[in-house]
Amino acid sequence: MIHLVWLVPFLPLLGFLINGLGRNFLPKSLTGVIGSGTVLAAFVISLLIFLDVRQPGFAPQVIALFDFISVGSLHIPFAFQVDQLSALFLLIITGVGSLIHIYSTSYMHEESNESFARYFAYLNLFVFSMLILVLGANYVMMFIGWEGVGLCSYLLIGFWFKNISYNKAANKAFIMNRIGDLGFLLGIFLIIQQFGSVTFMEVFEKVPAMGEGSGVLFTIAMLLFIGAMGKSAQIPLYTWLPDAMAGPTPVSALIHAATMVTAGIYMVARSNVIYSLAPHIQAIVAVVGLVTALLAASIALKQNDIKKVLAYSTVSQLGYMFLALGVGAYTAAVFHVMTHAFFKALLFLGSGSVIHAMGGEQDIRKMGGLKKWMPVTNFTFLIGCLAIAGIPGLSGFFSKDEILAHAWGYNKIMYALALIGALMTAFYMFRLYYITFSGKFRGTHEQEHHLHESPAAITLPLIILAILSVIGGYVGLPEVFGAPHLLAEYLSPIFAPSVPYLHAEHLSHGLEWGLMGLSTGLVIVMIFIARGKFRNYEDSGAENTGIAKVLENKWYVDELYDAIIVKPLMVLSRFFQDVVERAGIDGLVNGVGAGVKWGGRQIRLLQNGQVGFYIFAMVIGMIVLFVISLFL
Amino acid sequence: MPVQYYIFLSIALFCIGIMGVLMRRNAIIIFMCIELMLNAVNLLLVAFSKMWVDAGRIDAASAQLFVFFVMVVAAAEVSVGLAIIVMMYRNTHSVDINILSRLKN
Amino acid sequence: MGIDMIIFTVLSAIAIAAALGVILSKNPVNSVLCMITCFVAIAGHYIMLNAQFLFVVHLIVYTGAIMVLFLFVLMMMNLNADIEPQKRNWLKYAGAISGGALLLVLVAALRDASVPAIQSGAPTDIGLISNLGKTLFTSYVVPFELSSVLFLSAMVGAVVIGKK
Repeated sequence: MIHLVWLVPFLPLLGFLINGLGRNFLPKSLTGVIGSGTVLAAFVISLLIFLDVRQPGFAPQVIALFDFISVGSLHIPFAFQVDQLSALFLLIITGVGSLIHIYSTSYMHEESNESFARYFAYLNLFVFSMLILVLGANYVMMFIGWEGVGLCSYLLIGFWFKNISYNKAANKAFIMNRIGDLGFLLGIFLIIQQFGSVTFMEVFEKVPAMGEGSGVLFTIAMLLFIGAMGKSAQIPLYTWLPDAMAGPTPVSALIHAATMVTAGIYMVARSNVIYSLAPHIQAIVAVVGLVTALLAASIALKQNDIKKVLAYSTVSQLGYMFLALGVGAYTAAVFHVMTHAFFKALLFLGSGSVIHAMGGEQDIRKMGGLKKWMPVTNFTFLIGCLAIAGIPGLSGFFSKDEILAHAWGYNKIMYALALIGALMTAFYMFRLYYITFSGKFRGTHEQEHHLHESPAAITLPLIILAILSVIGGYVGLPEVFGAPHLLAEYLSPIFAPSVPYLHAEHLSHGLEWGLMGLSTGLVIVMIFIARGKFRNYEDSGAENTGIAKVLENKWYVDELYDAIIVKPLMVLSRFFQDVVERAGIDGLVNGVGAGVKWGGRQIRLLQNGQVGFYIFAMVIGMIVLFVISLFL
Repeated sequence: MPVQYYIFLSIALFCIGIMGVLMRRNAIIIFMCIELMLNAVNLLLVAFSKMWVDAGRIDAASAQLFVFFVMVVAAAEVSVGLAIIVMMYRNTHSVDINILSRLKN
Repeated sequence: MGIDMIIFTVLSAIAIAAALGVILSKNPVNSVLCMITCFVAIAGHYIMLNAQFLFVVHLIVYTGAIMVLFLFVLMMMNLNADIEPQKRNWLKYAGAISGGALLLVLVAALRDASVPAIQSGAPTDIGLISNLGKTLFTSYVVPFELSSVLFLSAMVGAVVIGKK
């Protein structure tokens, strides 16, 4: 089955081509079937590949399709690498991806024929790029996918391109990603310069020879991490992700929650050897992740847009993943990517269902009491909230607890801060849940009349994702439960090279139980506080003051960036436009033109038609030539 | 006798020809000055021919044939050139070359 | 100073003086006469250089035919000093100066040229018509025939231009 791996990315590519080229004459039903069918077929193939890969003792396989770049001694093949990590990501991407495609057939049904097909074409292209990203056997392939998903993210955020603010959000996402991409690209160049290859296997083989704490490795790790910062929305490049919610909700679920934003985590996990050998950069990764997690969680506490809350929650959860990577818990990070893909996709799709029912309304202050009308959405959304909050028995609990436990082993203060973040997560998620689904309906009568449960194409993915959110955690049971940690065993070949360099403190069973109990207890307390506060929420309309206002305005980070980066840049641009462009470049060009014109007018006088003058000039020329050739 | 003398004589005649071309506006005089320059070169050719013959190269005499051809060409040139000048005079009643400063009229 | 040197000096002086007369005299007819003098002096040089055939041809073609043609045209046009077009003075000086500059440059360049000297007592019959004729009709027969074509076309051209 492994040799058919090229089908996995190329089926969505086929879907993209058919939908993209036939967007003007394909009916919606066919477009939807092609769009979803290709991804579903890719999922089936991925599943078969996964079954092969999960056999114990499976060695990574590289399937080279053709030579992509061959310059001097540098050879970059267009090759796919199938191993435990990429197979797992294949499953997540195609699995969640096909659910979201099915969901989209209903969610986007009100679009016109042409833009419906355009949507599916973009979505398929995204899946293709994402698959290239995780399947690539070298950094350049990864970069191709990396850019591809960035492009699709841009296209889908600005899907409703007639709205100027959506376009601005798309531009913001694209530009912020470019900043990170520059770091990634520089990292790749440095890798080529150092190792003469970009193929993962060759690079990782040569890395340990550099020795722990080598400056070059530090630089590479930092540059790659800058790339990950941009793509995975970490401080300081996170502000694009909340704005990216301008796109259709399934896009937010697929790209900006489940898959694309985890590309940074995938990249760091893939390069785990480099990071394990650069402990200082690992510490930076951990701190950046932790700060992002806390900052985003605190912002989410006060947001009123249902998708913005989820977006900041995503940023926060991504911060947790980077914290895990930073403390050396690579398995925990990948585990959290997986569970997060389930429950965050579920939450986004649930919010999409709500928005659909509300006729496009996203402000939770205008919702309320929706559980009466939307039982399935309500129930699945509740499961998602419980999962992300970390209630024992659901997937989020296991992955988050694993991260917290590793943080404890790394640094006690980090653990305390991460726990506070987790508590905030529980609080804002249940604030969202209670404001949206319980209490009285606060919208208009027309909206109330319109309220309905969504069709099966929407609820079915919700139910499947809810089931996955519940059971997804059981592949990674903590050691204290006595059951094997299936995911850790499965992924161990990927992270084996890092093991000698990690100095994880092993927690005693008692301590682990204690930590679990502590976090669970506090989370339940937070949920009840949120329940008491927001169960019968009434919009007072009062302005927030003090810290709440700061939180509502997202710590004024956008304004800060605007003031220290955008404004000076604008001033500089205007300076260049008005002074350098007008006086310098235009002046130069016009000056050359005017000079030639003037010179022509002067030199034209030489052609006065008088033969005597011509001969005179000829003689002068002869004299000059003689002088030059004879005496100089 | 050093051949330099002939070289200098030729240069002198040639430069006088050039000066004439530059200083005069009468087309016929200019034409004559061109003939003068041709003759200066002819003289030099003959002098070099003699020089090489004296140095033992009998075949250098064919340089004199070259002079012969120059004369042939000069004669042909003069016949056509004078015809043109006559034409010009007939049209403009002048032999001033500066009158012919325009292609038209 | 041998006799050949004296003859060379005299002929050269005549040639240069006559050439200067060509360009300096106001009357075009005088110019032509000076030109004839100059050509005769150059013809004398040809004798000195063992170019007897060229001497004859030179006298016949240049002095006899070409200069007479010039004189004929001048007289036909009835040109004289009065209608002689005059250049502005500074252009005259510029012409004279640049010509002199060229003279200086060439003299300076060729002053130190090392070439064999001309000796007397070498074979003197190379410029005779029999020698030149043999060469002309063996090695140079094609240019010779071509020059006859050139003459024909020049004749036709002169007639066509003159007839208009």
